[in-house]
Amino acid sequence: MPLLDAKTPDGPIEDRWDDRKFSMKLVNPANKRRFTVIVVGTGLAGASAAASLGELGYRVKAFTYHDSARRAHSIAAQGGINAAKNYRNDGDSVFRLFYDTVKGGDYRSRESNVYRLAQLSLNIIDQCTAQGVPFAREYGGLLANRSFGGAQVSRTFYARGQTGQQLLLGAYQALMRQVHLGTVDLYCHTEMLDVVVEDGRAAGIVTRDLTTGEIASHAGHAVVLATGGYSNVFYLSTNAMKSNVTAAWRAHRRGALFANPCYTQIHPTCIPASDEFQSKLTLMSESLRNDGRIWVPARPGDGRAPDEIPEGERDYYLERRYPAFGNLVPRDVASRAAKREVDGMKGVGPLRNGVYLDLADAADRLGEDTVRERYGNLFDMYERITGENPYRAPMRIYPAVHYTMGGLWVDYDLMTTIPGLYALGEANFSDHGANRLGASALMQGLADGYFIVPYTLGDYLAPQLGETPRPADDPVFRDAEERAASETRRYLSIGGTRSVDWFHRELGKIMWEHCGMERNAGGLREAISDIAALKQEFDADLRVPGDADSLNQSLEKAGRVEDFFGLARLMCLDALRREESCGGHFRIEHQTEDGEARRDDERFAFVAAWGWADDGAPAMHREDLHFEYARPTQRSYK
Amino acid sequence: MDLTLRVWRQRGPLDEGGFETYQAAGVSGDMSFLELLDVVNEQLVTEGREPIAFDHDCREGICGSCGLMIDGRAHGPRASTATCQLHMREFSDGDTIVVEPWRAAAFPIIRDLVVDRTPFDRIIEAGGYISAPTGSAPEANLIPVPKGTSDTAMDAAACIGCAACVAACPNSAAHLFTAAKVVHLNLLPQGQPERWRRVERMVETMEEYFGSCTSHGECEKACPKDISLDNIAVMNRDYLQAKIRNR
Ligand SMILES: Cc1cc2nc3c(=O)[nH]c(=O)nc-3n(C[C@H](O)[C@H](O)[C@H](O)COP(=O)(O)OP(=O)(O)OC[C@H]3O[C@@H](n4cnc5c(N)ncnc54)[C@H](O)[C@@H]3O)c2cc1C
Ligand code: FES
Repeated sequence: MPLLDAKTPDGPIEDRWDDRKFSMKLVNPANKRRFTVIVVGTGLAGASAAASLGELGYRVKAFTYHDSARRAHSIAAQGGINAAKNYRNDGDSVFRLFYDTVKGGDYRSRESNVYRLAQLSLNIIDQCTAQGVPFAREYGGLLANRSFGGAQVSRTFYARGQTGQQLLLGAYQALMRQVHLGTVDLYCHTEMLDVVVEDGRAAGIVTRDLTTGEIASHAGHAVVLATGGYSNVFYLSTNAMKSNVTAAWRAHRRGALFANPCYTQIHPTCIPASDEFQSKLTLMSESLRNDGRIWVPARPGDGRAPDEIPEGERDYYLERRYPAFGNLVPRDVASRAAKREVDGMKGVGPLRNGVYLDLADAADRLGEDTVRERYGNLFDMYERITGENPYRAPMRIYPAVHYTMGGLWVDYDLMTTIPGLYALGEANFSDHGANRLGASALMQGLADGYFIVPYTLGDYLAPQLGETPRPADDPVFRDAEERAASETRRYLSIGGTRSVDWFHRELGKIMWEHCGMERNAGGLREAISDIAALKQEFDADLRVPGDADSLNQSLEKAGRVEDFFGLARLMCLDALRREESCGGHFRIEHQTEDGEARRDDERFAFVAAWGWADDGAPAMHREDLHFEYARPTQRSYK
Repeated sequence: MDLTLRVWRQRGPLDEGGFETYQAAGVSGDMSFLELLDVVNEQLVTEGREPIAFDHDCREGICGSCGLMIDGRAHGPRASTATCQLHMREFSDGDTIVVEPWRAAAFPIIRDLVVDRTPFDRIIEAGGYISAPTGSAPEANLIPVPKGTSDTAMDAAACIGCAACVAACPNSAAHLFTAAKVVHLNLLPQGQPERWRRVERMVETMEEYFGSCTSHGECEKACPKDISLDNIAVMNRDYLQAKIRNR
């Protein structure tokens, strides 16, 4: 099995990033404008990278399929962003944030990267505050914090329930400033369809203008992908509807290894689906679990309304099974426990697909006003969606797919296995191991974009000074354009009977059933064959109306769903290969007697990075993980 | 419930466009408005017809992508609610619902219900930022910001850039959008050095594209995020001062 080198510096962990920065080659300020850097994606990771690279003087071309850089999925993040500022004097430190992140990731992440992330968390808060991000403040005018996702220190910075929005707008505004100054050319409503690799390195991309359908090429000295996560392979998830894997997947097809695809985070507190037309699921902040109690009727099939079920006939199953942590057990534990209840015929609501989250006790204890003050906006949101009043009846919740820890494999410099091709933000696999802690995705995206890639890219570019990249009319680009155009023609010509959405929904069902909260070998094998069968049907029976020369949303989706098929298969293969339970990956065969995840550090303390194979068996490369500072322990929440 | 939809269809910016009628039977009140359009589209595709183009992404009222004129009201009948958060329980069996795109000279129609809102980006580009190049920031707690100031800045910063304000305005003015950003940044201590330059550039860029404000107040009513008209007064005041100072 080939081994991967992450090019992690040696030495004491706290010096590694400094040492690496010092060893890097620099591009002198006057020469930076001789380099063209392509950035795909303008979410937190992409907008921060493009703005920072523009400020440094590189010539940047930035791309997004949204009509404006301000609309990326990052905008929806609610809860907050972590930083080891220790403003609360409660014992936080860079080391503690590092330790918590490695432990929370169930010892499946790279120590050096996580340590650097914790170090850079400090700079991120400074940077965003200087941009005018309106973080919550105390009466004295200093920044406020809260504890989030079960952390024992208060290290989360937030802007009401709209932290992602405010951070993204800060990065977007910095980006627009560079657009105004002419260092960044921004291409909105433009989708990347391919990465062009020539002479063993990234040479540019092929794009489609979504308004006119025009397919074009863009050449550059380096390409940065910051294209987000792939939760929508499940169709229903908390992600924005357009989020997809296409950019990462096409890079994978050109040779970039894809790491740990099976690590999926399921969030326990989402509003259950109401009918078969449900198009996405809405997350309700985890903070509700601080005061809410989760329960189901003790008797299976009990159809009574919640207020008719007396106290003694309710099962507060988290408090019962995990007396120490109760309703605050980690996301994966809470999610699986809910599934067990619903599968055991104790689900509640019209479709029997939820569990109760009850704030009645909190209202008695704290008063309804306090509850309203803390959670009023969440209650409003719940009421808007379900039409039910949460002040009168308990809310119904159920887990939903939320975040994908896997992604393109990158080394310490965030470079993929294709030289000159970088991956940032949720699109890479880097820092969260098998499970991401709350409020750490925003941190990672901004660390990658503001503070890591602006340095590491220079090291790659410096030796290329004076080299002109292949121009965008070179035959290698022309060929790639032709391939992209023929794909579009193929979708339009199938002329079957079923819509893209139908296939997407069916694929999602297979994945949720067999590669969701719990997995087992038999189910995964079944999924792999079901996916293949559905893919055959897709190739034969897809119907994409309209043409390729104007806005055609079905056509856009067809390419994205096709890529989800390939990814879905790889996720199942990865889940099958990983014969242990860790973080967001739970194999039924690998659990303790009382139903908890059983990790296998002897055999599986590695990153699985997969090569591309059309339908044969893809090759797995491995990167062994070593823990010198955060020694693996088994999690226990009893 | 059974509903009739009259939906604006237009192939491209230069096309004439017109209404088409669709029947939607068995609509559940728990469906969102966009899910209703999904169902109509599914039906259209099955019949081999082209689905209705409309923009959307987050479907939770935060990205600002969605935006439809529903029975002549931007984002439909429910206050403080973006189209994607509107649910069908707001309607009754037998209703006919008229669905149109945002209408404003600055927003050409790309297709059906999708319009081009890039002038909003031009306004931000003109000055809707605080210049703080990466790496140059001081320690975050070095500059205290009174909680009240920070909260008011956040109220304004909550704008999602959907452009309902422009669509609702009889003059197609973009004052509410522009003012929200001006006020967010001009209130904060970090925003002071560029305060006058910012408001001047943003307002003048806005005027290149959009109509003038005659205080109808329709924008505030249409806003899914309750951005207050007061912001416009603050912007106008800053703009006047800027003109005097920058003269
Ligand atoms: C409901 C919700 C709440 C969350 N809350 C939190 C929280 O409180 N704290 C936290 O830390 N994290 C949170 N997260 C996770 C976090 O929001 C995301 O992981 C993070 O924002 C991802 O940022 P990104 O820049 O990597 O990608 P994205 O924001 O997804 O951006 C992707 C960009 O790539 C572009 N793109 C993609 N493909 C292409 C292509 N082929 N061509 C052109 N452009 C392309 C898109 O247009 C977009 O600009 C939350 C997530 C969800 C779903
Ligand atoms: S789809 Fe994002 S605000 Fe409506």
